Parts: sequence; structure tokens; C-alpha cells
Amino acid sequence: MTRNQRKATDFMIDVGLVLFGLLMLAPLLMLVANAFKSPAEMVAWPPTFIPANPTLDNFRSVLGETPLLLWIWNSLSFAIMSTIAIVLTSSIAGYVIAKFPFRSINVVFALFLATAIVPFEVYMIPLYFQVKDLGMLNTNQGLLIGYLVMSFGIFLIRQNVLASIPDELIEAARIDGAGELWIYWHIVLPLLRGPLAALAVLAFFQAWTSFAWPMIVATRRAAYTIEVGLALFSTGYTVDLGKLSAASACVLVPSVVAFVILRRNFVQGVASTGMKE
Amino acid sequence: MLRRRRFRFAILALLPTFAIFAWVRMGPIVQTMNLSVRDWDLIGTNRPFIGLANFVELFGDSLFLTALVNTAIIAFGVMLLTIPTAMVLAGLIHYRTRSRFAGFYETSVFIPHVVSLVPAAMAWKWIFDAKLGPLNALIVSLGGSPQSWLFDPNLALFSIIVLCSWQALGYAVLIYLVGFRNLPTSVYEAARLDGASGIQAFRFLSIPLLKPITLYVSVVTLVSGFNVYAQAFVLASDSQGAPGRQVRVLVLDMLENAFRNYRVGYAAAEAMVLLLIVLILTGAQFALLREKGNSK
Repeated sequence: MTRNQRKATDFMIDVGLVLFGLLMLAPLLMLVANAFKSPAEMVAWPPTFIPANPTLDNFRSVLGETPLLLWIWNSLSFAIMSTIAIVLTSSIAGYVIAKFPFRSINVVFALFLATAIVPFEVYMIPLYFQVKDLGMLNTNQGLLIGYLVMSFGIFLIRQNVLASIPDELIEAARIDGAGELWIYWHIVLPLLRGPLAALAVLAFFQAWTSFAWPMIVATRRAAYTIEVGLALFSTGYTVDLGKLSAASACVLVPSVVAFVILRRNFVQGVASTGMKE
Repeated sequence: MLRRRRFRFAILALLPTFAIFAWVRMGPIVQTMNLSVRDWDLIGTNRPFIGLANFVELFGDSLFLTALVNTAIIAFGVMLLTIPTAMVLAGLIHYRTRSRFAGFYETSVFIPHVVSLVPAAMAWKWIFDAKLGPLNALIVSLGGSPQSWLFDPNLALFSIIVLCSWQALGYAVLIYLVGFRNLPTSVYEAARLDGASGIQAFRFLSIPLLKPITLYVSVVTLVSGFNVYAQAFVLASDSQGAPGRQVRVLVLDMLENAFRNYRVGYAAAEAMVLLLIVLILTGAQFALLREKGNSK
């Protein structure tokens, strides 16, 4: 292939990939555009893509008629608590499993991994009754119970400890008289900053986008997460597409911005899910 | 002495996490198994053991069978649409790594995977809308006739497959990209010297070399396809606006049996069927991987 032919092919591939990328983003862009349309324009045929007379009415009425901000707050605090719990449990368990090779510890690790195969949907009904017996339905603590631990998080930290923390380092600290807890806190944790950040982003988005679990645990309007609130809002008392789009845009835009900022951590975390084999 | 002290620390450090696991994972899993062979109507306190009666009833239950078939169609449909697309796309993105748009390619494909399910489904609900949606507008302008995408049972299934694939694609592309980056460059160098074209290298080198990744991504996609719920819930409301009725999926059927029909044992049996499907798929993945390892 000549140089020019090669350049032409590369150019065609670039054009194709840019078009495909725009196609992937199109549904989200159209949703945001719809949020600014007036009711008349919303039902116009053929549909428009860029609003002719952008208006903020949809946002105003959505914020006035629904507890949208409360739902976002519920999701946010649930996701943050879940992230903290998962980072704590995964870091200590992953470290112990990697550096304390006792047989009983390996058995526990095998158990953790075995539960990872079982989808959440399989055991969520008995878990619901546990939450109910504790009187925690419609609370953030109740939601949190489903998202306290993550098998994959433990696995991720274990792999990183094995790969990046040499035994000699820990041995040296022990000879210097450091306690085990001190070693974990002052030596191990700082060295795991990268993978812990990746895990935190992964855990946050997992809780933020959860649906089936909040759907059964939060049944009161004030306890909804944003996902449940939007889903029931869409099927409940209104089918006003403009308002729905405005509400959706309020959720979508911050999470896309957060993703773009945290992209590197996120990609690292997700990419490592493929390293299992 | 030292060893014992270290062992004590390990056990104490692992204990809280293990206790949480036992409480919110292992316990409920065992409970699901236990409930699946019992009859419990949610109100009564006795839960008589009824053997496999729940399972026998399930396979004569037309609602459950519909849900099972729909879910299987969605799962396999998403896999068939996502895996080949993701592989080609990742190959092209990897090939153009040095392009100035490389960051955009990765980000634009991945964003649908991270945005919240419900707002994303909302966007597609408008696209597929029979009266107002741009999809029908496009079809009409091309001279076709408008379709009721979300109300015709077959088209609604198709719409859900499109939505789920749109979301699953980013993950698959990302995993494939990791795979492409780990491939030995020397093999491609040799192929190029032998005069192989890019397409030939993809066909005869990349596809076989990436087989373990293809297996892994396929199983992950299938398993998440079998757990589909939110997408069907939002997209496929029936004409009265009841969510998820147009396309019945397993998780929806399970939740309705537990919380609407108060048949928790029966729902647990459904959960066990879902678990069995997942175990079979995962087992098949490992079996295929091992087979490949032996043939080397």
C-alpha cells in the first residue's frame, strides 16, 4: 500500500469512528435538547433536534412539582456511604488475603469469589425481608445493606497488593517493631492509592445507577432514589415528555461531567474486571 | 509465636468483612435456596416444605415461560449485536490510537455504559415513540411506514435489545481494547512483512488470539442480559401505562410473584432458575477456555 493510500484509509476510519461516536451520544444530546422545548414544540411533527425557542419552564415545573433534589440527595448519600463501606472492607480484606497465606484465609477468599458469581437479583428478596425485619425499609441504611461489600473489590485489591507491595517491605517494618495495623494504615494504604481510587469510582457509580434494589426497598416517595423517582414519575401521573427530559437532564449532565473528570480512574477500574482470567 | 500473632491479626482483620458477607450475601443466598422448596404466602408464619412443587408449577406457568423466552431472546440478542461490533470497533480504535480524536472515540462509546439507566431509557423511549419519535420520522422520510416500536411485542423486544446493546457496547469495547494492547506486536510485524493486509491480520490473528476475551465478554454480556429489568420497566409500558407489561422479563415476573401475588417461595424458585442459568453459562465459559488450553 502506498503512503497516500494508507493516509486515505486512516482518514476514512477516523471519519467513521467520529460518526459512530456521535451516533452513540445522539440519544443523550437529544434528551438534553428536549428538556428545553416548549410543550407545543415537543409534539411538533417532524420532531426538531435543536429547540427553536429554548425555555427553562420544564426545569422550573419539575423542580416545583417533584422532590427531584431530595431524590438526588438520597442517591448521593447512599452512593457515598456505599463507596466508603466498599473501599474499607475491600482494602483490608484484599490486603489480608494477599499477604497472610493461611489455609483458612484462602477458604474465606474462595467463599467471597463464589458469591460473586451469584447475581444480586437472585438473593435480593430474602435480603429485602432482612431489611424489613430491621425496620429499615424506606431508609438510606436499608439501601446501604445491599451495597456494603463487593467481591470484585476484594479481588482487585488483592491483585494489586500481590503485584505492587513486596513482602520485604512489610517484613522490614515488622523488624522495626511496627504493629500489623500500623503497617496496613501507614504503608499498605498509601501504596494502594491508585487502585483504591478506581474502586471508589466504580463503587460510587454502581450504587448511583442501582435500580431493582432501591425499587423494592424504597416505596415511599420521600425515600426514592433518583432512578426510582424518575422511573415512577415517567409511568405515574404524567407523561409530559418535556418535563421528563428536564428531570432526566438534571441527573444525566452531572454524572457525565463526573465521568469525564474521573475517566482515567474509571477506565482503570472497569478494565481490571477483565483481568479475572 | 510470631506466626500465631500474625494469624490472629489476619483473622481479626478479616472478621468484619466476613461477617458482613455472611449477613448480606451468603445468608440470603442460602435463604433463597431454602425458600424455593417451601410454600410461603408472606403473611403466614409457617412455611411448609413442598419439595420441587414450585419448580414443577413454574414450567407449566405461561407467564413465567414467556418471561424466560423474552429474557433469553434479549440476552442472546444483545450478545450477538454487541460482541462483533465491539471487536471491530476496538480494533479500529486501537489501530487509530495515535489519532487526535482517540480520547473522543473511547469516551463517546463508554458514556452510555456509565449514565444512569432510567434517564438513558427515557431518551430511547422518545426515539422509539410512535407518534413523536425521530426514528419513525426518519423511516417516513425514507418512504417507509411508521411502526409502533414499543407496543408491538416483537418490535418492543427489538427496542429493548437496541437499548441494552447501546449500554453494553462500551464495556465490551474497553475490555477488547485492553486485549488488543496486550497482543504481541511481533506477530503483527511478521504478518505485515508477509504481505498480510489489515483486514487479514484482524481475521486470522486478532480473532483467534482474542478468543479468551471474547468468551469472557460474551458471558458477562449474557449474564447481565438475563438480569435485565430497568430497561424493560421503562421502555415497555402497556397501553394503560403499567410499566414493563409489554415485554415480561424474569426479574419483573419474580418481583411480581413475591410482592404482588405474595408467593415468596415461588419467586425464590424463579430466582434459583436464574441462578442455574448463570451457573451454566459461567461453567460453559470455563469449559471452553480449558478446551482451548488443552489443544495447544
